[in-house]
Amino acid sequence: MSDQEKDVQQPAKPKKPKIPRQKMPEQDPIERAHNFYEVALGYDNDLALLEASRCLRCKKPYCMAGCPVEVDIPDFIEMIKQGDLIGAAWKVKEKNSLPRIAGRVCPQESQCEAKCVLNKGGKGEPCAIGRLERFVADWAAVHGEGKMPELPKPTGLKVAVVGSGPAGLTLAGALIKKGIAVEVLEALHELGGVLVYGIPEFRLPKAIVRDEVDELRKMGVVFRTNWVVGRIETVDDLLEKRKFDGVFIGTGAGAPLFLKIPGENLNGVYSANEFLTRANLMKAYKFPESDTPVAKGRRVVVFGGGNVAMDAARTALRLGAEEVTIVYRRTMEELPARAEEVHHAVEEGIKFKLLSAPLEILGNETGWAVGIRCQQMTLGEPDQSGRRRPVPVPGQTFEIECDTAIVAIGNAANPLVPTTTKNLETNKWGNIVADLETGKTAKDRVWAGGDIVTGAATVILAMGAGRKAALSMLDTFGIS
Amino acid sequence: MFEILEKERIGPGVNRAVIFAPDIARAHHPGQFIILRTHEDGERIPLTVADKDVEKGTITLVWQEVGVTTYFMGTMCPGEKLQDMCGPLGKPTHIEKFGTVVSVGGGIGVAPLFPITKGMHDAGNHVITIIGARTQGLLIMTEEMRSVSDELLIATDDGSYGIHGFVTQVLQKLIDEGRKIDLCVAIGPVPMMKAVVNVTKKANLPTVVSLNPIMVDGTGMCGACRVEVGGKTMFGCVDGPEFNGFDVDFDLLTKRLAMYKGPELIALNKFRESPRGCQCNIPEGM
Repeated sequence: MSDQEKDVQQPAKPKKPKIPRQKMPEQDPIERAHNFYEVALGYDNDLALLEASRCLRCKKPYCMAGCPVEVDIPDFIEMIKQGDLIGAAWKVKEKNSLPRIAGRVCPQESQCEAKCVLNKGGKGEPCAIGRLERFVADWAAVHGEGKMPELPKPTGLKVAVVGSGPAGLTLAGALIKKGIAVEVLEALHELGGVLVYGIPEFRLPKAIVRDEVDELRKMGVVFRTNWVVGRIETVDDLLEKRKFDGVFIGTGAGAPLFLKIPGENLNGVYSANEFLTRANLMKAYKFPESDTPVAKGRRVVVFGGGNVAMDAARTALRLGAEEVTIVYRRTMEELPARAEEVHHAVEEGIKFKLLSAPLEILGNETGWAVGIRCQQMTLGEPDQSGRRRPVPVPGQTFEIECDTAIVAIGNAANPLVPTTTKNLETNKWGNIVADLETGKTAKDRVWAGGDIVTGAATVILAMGAGRKAALSMLDTFGIS
Repeated sequence: MFEILEKERIGPGVNRAVIFAPDIARAHHPGQFIILRTHEDGERIPLTVADKDVEKGTITLVWQEVGVTTYFMGTMCPGEKLQDMCGPLGKPTHIEKFGTVVSVGGGIGVAPLFPITKGMHDAGNHVITIIGARTQGLLIMTEEMRSVSDELLIATDDGSYGIHGFVTQVLQKLIDEGRKIDLCVAIGPVPMMKAVVNVTKKANLPTVVSLNPIMVDGTGMCGACRVEVGGKTMFGCVDGPEFNGFDVDFDLLTKRLAMYKGPELIALNKFRESPRGCQCNIPEGM
């Protein structure tokens, strides 16, 4: 044995080896930019165990406080350590009915993982809670033996849920487990709301949404598709004619905003909602195997800097675009999208034209978009949101060639349900006014939550709102 | 699933079907439409409801074969089911006693015009109906329209039936004769609606048109159906489908309707080459 080896084998003090945060395997960027398969591949057993072993099992788990649905994070991670993966999955499901979805689309970096003590206020490496959640939920979906929790006796109460997005599904799951009959009413032909029309296959495979919905169906939740509340029957009909004991409105942020600039109605100009709906829900990516087409742009520009803009840009790339450019008014630092999504987009070759504000979409004589004219911006003083406000640089405009332009600057409230429901209070943006802690609206027996209340936000916040509204309903009904 | 109870060909490439959809029949008002999907990989297309029977729980659809979905529907027989049907959608027609109402229908547009005309007639209006088509064989629902009109005028472009000429010429004649008309409702191909508005605008005769832009969801979520009305962008599905004809940018609508011409042809040709799309497999009379 040499002296050197002796040094290594005899450290001054025995110290637990530091395990780094385990990366999740992903599809190669060049390959995945041309397919719709899921980008992130998930942990295997070994990686999950290694990552779980990093959890310190804090006496005061700050991570839980960072979770909108308060999943018992240290407990489920402990169960992974002990090899009880089914148990871990059910532990998660006690609070979160849709863990396979949350594990994929939650912004954990600003929630549970931000609060993890290993994060050390952003300087450290937090435990990868989201990846572990995804792992146990996926594992249970494949290996689970239908170990459904026993349902209590029916209470005789029934609740109608308007919209089958994350808020409505979460509420349905929470209520059915307490013996309340639940009927979910969905306008589209598929269940899941934004989870199926908006979030692309490569981030959230639709089979997973179907599985989660099927699980709720097995527990007894009744689903009705093609059912437009506000047209085929109103919320008042649900209460008065169909005698529901409560109604939850979770219709989402339904109406796309446009830029209000010239040329916006040219052919080739889409709202992100339309572009993503065609590609995801209507499966335009396999046209003509499916009947719905979408413009397969050669040069595509996307306006906006949020997660939806990233989704639209990456979808356009996968549909075969040669060049996809995100046009954003501020800089990379201010992009509202999740860091992970921006990172993925950059890896796949999405271009960013920053400090640029669109002035006009240019068209040809047949009515098709051929380019955009932009205003060069610079960052000025911080605004109310704390971000530095973009201000125009006088006299500096430029053009970008494109054949497809996608507007991803957000959504307004869809007025269909608010305007057809008596005595429902809305704010100046058309969002339903509801107590953020209970989901209670101004109308008796009517609760609301998710984007229709808050304006466009995240899937997990909608799930949190669904959970809070469910607890408030149970409280109102006198069920614990 | 929505079962087809009756189906018949009422003209070249024009079909009529009665479909079991009790919830839609019960909730439907004149002017509203539905969105349907024939099968799992099918597209969503809007069609205006031509008639309904609340007691039997049925609605009637009339369609012309133009794209993959309408051709597919042309091959469907009673007993078969449509995968999805969503509705009623859109704002109902504003119906009240206006006085004298002229209903102008061109080609397939006569079908959605029928429940509106019936509503206007039931509301006590004196209804003058003008329907037209390129040629006699393409005229549809003339007897139904006669039953809800006080006067029925029929025109064909080639003179094979009724008045030789366009519906606009018939309308112009009524105006020139000094007939007192309070409202015009026009539904048909975009060039027809545009021509009608050209006539009524000069006479300052209020005119309602029903637009048929491309749609996906039909509930205001996607914005595919953008139309410009009075210089403002509106959604055909939730703000319409009916608008003040004077304010509609028909040229923009025409351009937007042509957006998927290429892909539509690809999809249609693919369907025609499939066993289902081969016309020789369709039972006679279907």
